Amino acid sequence: MIEWFTGVIIVGAVVAGVLCLALGLAGRIPNDLTLGAMALIELLLIGQVVVSLIAPAVGNHPTGNGLEYWVYLVSAALLPAAAAFWAIIDRSRWSTVVLAVAAFAVAVMVYRMGQIWFVQAA
Amino acid sequence: MANNRSSRAVGVGRVLIAVYAILALGATARSVVQIATKFDVAPVAYLLSGLAGLVYILATVALLGRGDTWYRIAWVTIIFEFVGVVTIGALSLFDAAIFPADTVWSYFGRGYLFIPLVLPILGMLWLRHTRPSRLAGSDIVAPGPAA
Repeated sequence: MIEWFTGVIIVGAVVAGVLCLALGLAGRIPNDLTLGAMALIELLLIGQVVVSLIAPAVGNHPTGNGLEYWVYLVSAALLPAAAAFWAIIDRSRWSTVVLAVAAFAVAVMVYRMGQIWFVQAA
Repeated sequence: MANNRSSRAVGVGRVLIAVYAILALGATARSVVQIATKFDVAPVAYLLSGLAGLVYILATVALLGRGDTWYRIAWVTIIFEFVGVVTIGALSLFDAAIFPADTVWSYFGRGYLFIPLVLPILGMLWLRHTRPSRLAGSDIVAPGPAA
């Protein structure tokens, strides 16, 4: 896990969450902007998967429980896709808010993943 | 006909259901990890955590479901969660050995931003708001001698 990249994901997810929450409450249905923001978060999470696969091979090991870390990462990576899927089926303003919920959940989960990797004692 | 239309997965209720789905995923996945890796530390708490996760899944499905049966299941599961988070939350304050900090209900769901405490309350309000129209109608329009 790379500290600055993890920070980028957390900040990006929070920004995407605020954006989707604001637009959703303003009555916008999911559009290119909000779905694009979720796509960006998804790409960052896939990047995190790649980083997490390579990092241990170059001596960057998690300090905490690896299994717990991966369950978080896989769950987080599923969220933007699931929320976007929902948003494509259900074209209502509340789907935009659901995108926001997923983005905030990703931010919390990536923060927690950072704790497991950097802080938690094995 | 009204009975076949989902009366709960509408409007802001969809956001509630999305939060339920994420909590169900998080709580279940985490308890699976805990039961797999450190079950011996606190077997009661982790089994209860796993049960809570399954009940969250059932609650999510019940909120999405149609008709009166799912409505009742939604009430039962949400009340179960509320009782669980209040009871285990209180117990965890007194006995951290049986209920360590990392279960879904410990310290009233502190590890989950207190969402487990707030969500059942919102869920119950939402269920009250979306009472099946057939029941509400029979109450108001035709009380009926057979009750």
